[in-house]
Amino acid sequence: MSAAPDHHHHPAPPSPIERRAAALEELLTEKGFVPEGFIEEVNRLYENDIGPLNGAKVVAHAWIDPEYKARLLEDGSAAVAELGFATPEGGLVALENSPGVHNVVVCTLCSCYPWSILGLPPAWYKEAPYRARLVREPRVLLKEMGCEVPDDIDIRVWDSSAEVRYLVVPEKPAGTEGLSEEELVPLVTRDSMIGVARL
Amino acid sequence: MDGAHDLGGRQGFGPVVVEPYERHYHARWEPATRLLFRVVLPRHLPNGRDGALRHAIERMEAVRYLTSSYYERWVTAAATLAVEAGMMTRAELEDRAGGPYPLSEPVTAPTITDPLAATARFAVGDRVRVRAWHPRGHTRCPWYIRGHIGAVTRCDGAFSLPDVEAHSEHRVVEPTYSVRFGAEELWNDGQAGVTVNVDLWDSYLEPA
Repeated sequence: MSAAPDHHHHPAPPSPIERRAAALEELLTEKGFVPEGFIEEVNRLYENDIGPLNGAKVVAHAWIDPEYKARLLEDGSAAVAELGFATPEGGLVALENSPGVHNVVVCTLCSCYPWSILGLPPAWYKEAPYRARLVREPRVLLKEMGCEVPDDIDIRVWDSSAEVRYLVVPEKPAGTEGLSEEELVPLVTRDSMIGVARL
Repeated sequence: MDGAHDLGGRQGFGPVVVEPYERHYHARWEPATRLLFRVVLPRHLPNGRDGALRHAIERMEAVRYLTSSYYERWVTAAATLAVEAGMMTRAELEDRAGGPYPLSEPVTAPTITDPLAATARFAVGDRVRVRAWHPRGHTRCPWYIRGHIGAVTRCDGAFSLPDVEAHSEHRVVEPTYSVRFGAEELWNDGQAGVTVNVDLWDSYLEPA
């Protein structure tokens, strides 16, 4: 069995989880529990891959405007609202990386994440290895993930176990002094705003 | 409950696997399941919220929890709530799926009918010890900090206590705090320059 799946001519039979998911949706629909417009909303969610652009705009703006950065660190919810972005229900806290401190975010109990700012979380953020290991051996795990944090930089791990959601504000990379805010936005990666990458 | 979901600090897991060309959703049933929760949850518990939803996931049989993908866990939990709410039977699900339909294990914690009053006891700078207890029901207090001493570094808003919310129509609204623990306090393994900051409800804490 090495042939690539060919969805046009020989559709693969649904897997057990696909059958279970379909069974639940069909039964709920047949019993009249599913509201009108459900299919359209599913399709909208499925087709609109929400990216982390909102967070990148927040960070780039903070890099350019020190007063905005101060407001962001003081009250993250109000500061992202200034830029027109929805804030997480329980509030947003922005964590500033500095030459002596690196911040990194996890949810050990499930998968809490600032959806309105960073989009949907990557699969690894929701799975066991990251959730188990980050709080226990962050320097080791970050290095494995390609993010080396030197021993003289403190690591602050943030376990989002209650209602607040976190946004890491990475340091502005060297050599970007002449760049405009618009040019800075694409440099701000999602991983740098979770804290598993340094720019 | 001390379930397989409470993963912080557990050892024996391998490397973090990053999917190349990662997509947020891999198939249509994933966003569909997310939306179906909105249909099921209010019928399971009037004004049911995240607490009941998360607890349905936590109640999954432990090995199945660890070997299921994120949205597989949601399917199991949503189906469990639908069956518990009397919206359908497990037999109907198995018939329709053409095979076994695993559900989460039953709730073992008692329904809370008379919750304790909310507490609000701490301020930034206070030293606190996390209560060392093992509730049978839902909680948002991770196991790896229980019994340990930390310092309050931030006071956040007051929110519904998940431990009550998942097992009751009552709501207890308590302040939450960010509490900082040194790695030397939690793990005592020689790591330097590492703190772990955990967000906790007031009643998870005691003065230290």
